[in-house]
Amino acid sequence: MSVRIYVPADSAALALGADEVASAIAREAALRGVAIDLVRNGTRGLLYLEPLVEVETAAGRVGFGNVDESDVAALFDAGFQNGEGSHPLALGLVEQIPYLARQTRLTFARSGITDPLSLDDYQQHGGYRGLRKAVAMTPADIVASVTASGLRGRGGAAFPTGIKWNTVLRAQAAQKYIVCNADEGDSGTFADRIVMESDPFVLIEGMTIAGLAVGATHGYIYVRSEYPHAIAALNHAIGTATRAGLLGPDVAGSGRAFILEVRKGAGAYICGEETALLESIEGKRGVVRAKPPLPALAGLFGQPTVINNVLSLASVPIILDKGAQFYQDFGMGRSRGTLPVQLAGNIKNGGLIELAFGATLREILYDYGGGSASGRPIKTVQVGGPLGAYLPESQWDTPLDYEAFASLWAVLGHGGIVVHDDSADMAKLARYAMEFCAVESCGKCTPCRIGSTRGVEVIDKIRKGSEGSERTQQVILLRSLCDTMLNGSLCAMGGMTPYPVLSALNHYPEDFGQSAVDTRAA
Amino acid sequence: MNAPDIATFSPAIGEILHLHAHQGYLGQDQLLPVLHAIQDRIGFIPPESVEGLAQSFNVSRAEVHGVITFYHYFKTSPPARCTVQICRAEACQSMGGDALLAHAEQGLGCGLHAHTADNAFALEPVYCLGHCATAPAIMINDAIHAKVTPARFDKLIGKVKELA
Repeated sequence: MSVRIYVPADSAALALGADEVASAIAREAALRGVAIDLVRNGTRGLLYLEPLVEVETAAGRVGFGNVDESDVAALFDAGFQNGEGSHPLALGLVEQIPYLARQTRLTFARSGITDPLSLDDYQQHGGYRGLRKAVAMTPADIVASVTASGLRGRGGAAFPTGIKWNTVLRAQAAQKYIVCNADEGDSGTFADRIVMESDPFVLIEGMTIAGLAVGATHGYIYVRSEYPHAIAALNHAIGTATRAGLLGPDVAGSGRAFILEVRKGAGAYICGEETALLESIEGKRGVVRAKPPLPALAGLFGQPTVINNVLSLASVPIILDKGAQFYQDFGMGRSRGTLPVQLAGNIKNGGLIELAFGATLREILYDYGGGSASGRPIKTVQVGGPLGAYLPESQWDTPLDYEAFASLWAVLGHGGIVVHDDSADMAKLARYAMEFCAVESCGKCTPCRIGSTRGVEVIDKIRKGSEGSERTQQVILLRSLCDTMLNGSLCAMGGMTPYPVLSALNHYPEDFGQSAVDTRAA
Repeated sequence: MNAPDIATFSPAIGEILHLHAHQGYLGQDQLLPVLHAIQDRIGFIPPESVEGLAQSFNVSRAEVHGVITFYHYFKTSPPARCTVQICRAEACQSMGGDALLAHAEQGLGCGLHAHTADNAFALEPVYCLGHCATAPAIMINDAIHAKVTPARFDKLIGKVKELA
């Protein structure tokens, strides 16, 4: 009997040599006459262990972490193909690794377990059960179920998904659209990428259910050009689903149509803003639209459009499969279900950590993350991407909950956490936030377009170390500029760039050459 | 380097336009897919092609030029033989991204947004490759590499030079 060996083909593993490891395993097995069945699975999200090779045994899957192609011969010598754990890279049963065992995998239930491109594998692990239930329901009942689950937009704005869907359901139009925002451009986020590469069918199923729910027959997935592996996986999976009758003119025998296509972005961060994204699909510059009208009423090509993030849509199948109450039972306050936390930057054990809302940052940083990668003290964490606030240690006991973060003048956003050790210069990071806004602004509104450039200049003056009162003048100017951007920008690009800038200034005044007293006076 | 005459590219662009037309009609929503296809085939979008594209899509030249120049990904001059993109975003900065960039600039002998004298390498910034937990990340042509130390960078570039 052949032994089944898993080597991930998620780009997180490929970027660390997984293809070379897979070839070396195949070569070594052939040399030794060991019959193997090599499966290219997705990632478990334990990115600090990639490439994470797994061997199937009677007791479960045994893991070997950080495998390099040069380790393969020694792994065979140590009997890894029989699941023997004597090699130093052996980790024991993967599902018992505390990092994974303590998570609540709902949206990422299959990630790393299955072959992402196998429809059979997907269906054997609970896939398409949600769609089959949806096919037997009325559109209004599907929407009611999503509303009752408490699911809120995982892209960052946390708007209730069911309410958005209901607006589109009730809009009268000959053509409606489902658009998936997969323009995941925030530093520190990669959960969308992992869904698309490691379990693409779950996104396709979620979008199909959305189509049935609101009466849309055409869907688009807008993926950034920096994600070539995700684009390839989605196109492959869409082809497979279409051939199986799960997409196309008659979805799963429902008599209703839903077709799906992937559109590739072109390196514009602003296209992650929903109206800029719609402009981009229409073949235009990614310039933000003024709202209203809401995309739900006049979206893509002027038609009613559901536009949701990858994680929101990928959470829908399990809600339909297990029921709204099942999902709603996880979480705290008005944040229901799970949040896939993405732990990144200067951290020992970075990766994907899916948990019910309510865990604290400190638990994530130390219990899961194991502290900084450099071994130095952690100075700050930025939560929610480049437009999110920097949080000092005094705020790390805050639970991961949309409202708790809002009360600190911070955002949970898409769940990305970037860790910096004590070598970080907060004035430099604040300058970077302004510079990033200047590079990526669509240019439509003045506070964002001009304000970001002036912001870089002002921070440069502060950092150059002009003396006492002049520096204080510049700090006053920076605060005034941030006030204009916050209140005068059309979208979150200019409107939230002040979050990292002001949080850095408020919590780390010494990095701006200010004493805490000066800043408060300013 | 002199840009080759547009006539060299016309047949390829014509073929791409034909492939993206729906019953003889090219909707503007096909403009980005067409630009991607041209860049995939030719390596860049020749500025001389703007007029023909504008006619085919029945939009102004300003509209086509505006779209091409809005998106960082589209190139309007022939690319270097090997493009090295270094992530400049926060997570990579926290893991020595600045030092890696300085090392790359020195090693390759060219700055950001520039290419080497022999056009073998171009160095470009990129804002997040989605490998923030295994930072710093870079992309060499289409291949992503994570946890890139200066030593690993030299090894990767050495491999590219070997194959050239």
